[in-house]
Amino acid sequence: MSQSGRKVLGVGAAVALLGVLIGLYVAEWATSLPTPVAAVSAPASSGGTQLTLETVAAAGPKYSRSHPDWVSYLVRKDGKWLRSTIYTVPANSIVDVTIYQYDGDSGLRNPFLSQVQGTVGGTETVDGKRVNAINPEEASHTFVVPQLGVFVPLPGVAEEAKSQCEFAPCEGAAHRTISFSFKTGKKGRYRWQCFVPCAAGFIDGFGGPMQTMGYMDGFIDVV
Amino acid sequence: MSAELHRALPEPNHARRFTAIWLVATIIATPLVILLLGPILPPGNGSGQASGHVTDNTVLLAMATPVLLLVVIYLLYAVIVFRQPKGGVLEGPAVRGDARIQTAWIVITSLLVLSLAAYGTIRLLADNGAGSGSGPKPLTVPKGPKLQVQVIAQQWAFTYRYPGYGGVETTHLVLPDNQMVELHVTSLDVIHSFWAYQLGVKADANPGVDNVVFVKPTKAQTFEVRCAELCGIWHGYMFDHGHVVPPGDFETWIRQQEANFAPATKVLPPYSTTYSPEPTRRAE
Repeated sequence: MSQSGRKVLGVGAAVALLGVLIGLYVAEWATSLPTPVAAVSAPASSGGTQLTLETVAAAGPKYSRSHPDWVSYLVRKDGKWLRSTIYTVPANSIVDVTIYQYDGDSGLRNPFLSQVQGTVGGTETVDGKRVNAINPEEASHTFVVPQLGVFVPLPGVAEEAKSQCEFAPCEGAAHRTISFSFKTGKKGRYRWQCFVPCAAGFIDGFGGPMQTMGYMDGFIDVV
Repeated sequence: MSAELHRALPEPNHARRFTAIWLVATIIATPLVILLLGPILPPGNGSGQASGHVTDNTVLLAMATPVLLLVVIYLLYAVIVFRQPKGGVLEGPAVRGDARIQTAWIVITSLLVLSLAAYGTIRLLADNGAGSGSGPKPLTVPKGPKLQVQVIAQQWAFTYRYPGYGGVETTHLVLPDNQMVELHVTSLDVIHSFWAYQLGVKADANPGVDNVVFVKPTKAQTFEVRCAELCGIWHGYMFDHGHVVPPGDFETWIRQQEANFAPATKVLPPYSTTYSPEPTRRAE
């Protein structure tokens, strides 16, 4: 083979290798989803399953080495908190959800979402008090599964509250406790998201954790 | 056939022969396209505007058919008739240009494009925007009563506000049958696009812009609502089903919504064609 032929072959091989590496990187990025976490059986009296979540103003280095300052949901599994936003729940059943809300308020861009929708009884319980709506100015986050019609606003921790949590883990810090139940339907994968643009440091709060799986967005796998 | 024999045969009038073939094919194919393909063209007949789109698509297809046949038949004619004879290497005569062909080409294509532009303009004006977003001040507005519905896009869902019913906001779109609807499409955050496929409606949802669309559903039906503008991680999930129902059922439904969403309606801002919500307190 001539010298120029060898050059062409070498460049071609290098380009092909680079293309494959880029393809593998993009494929890995596009398909790397959080580990699914299954809801656990709830007390026999409820007949459903229990999903325990918390929202934190920043995931912290323990839960996100790449983005420790990103706002995030965490889920409890076997007594430990994990950063995952894919939850597995049984079909045609009641899911009891408890959310420990450690973040401050932000306010909703659309006040319509301050009303609870799609839960059992059309209500949520905030710190032991049953309500069907919250003050939209006090919303910190939402837990919304549009395809299931579930819209739950989560009020934030008051600004003047003592022992505010800066980043996870947040046990012992000031928080709100929100609980509600919703009924799952047929099997399928349903997305859920936060509707409060809560990504601190991004334009209008819309980027980063709002646009990345594993923080303020995820899936409910109904199986 | 040898090259010598090929040269010896009298040359037929290719232009006349090709034109005859093309004319026959066009006369046969165009009515078939109109009659067979026309009725199944998208987006169907869910509204007066959607039916108009089917008509327009049929007209476009009917006008494109002779052009397509011209290209395909010319190609086939050249491949078959001007094939290189075996054993011979022939050079075709040099073509130095033909004023008649060039003039005809320019005139015909200009007429086609200009007539389509005129047709499209007339259709848009006659059909009050033909189901497309016409901006805050549409050039033509249909006469008679209209149901106003506001489409509010946000990352990542559409919600709907009915100013004629206390400004109630809902998560689903329900419209009455056979009534002109005036949609006001806007966004609370980024650019979305409201696309009600079977109704033939598509309008950009821009923050701070009131994009008006007129549509008149013609039958009770379920239609798809999708976002047609890449708007973030859940763009692909920004869909729903809307419903067109008889007017009586619509009245019942909207009264239920007023009752169900009374708590939310209390805290909604007064109805406006656009909204400019303050950035949330944590955003920069």
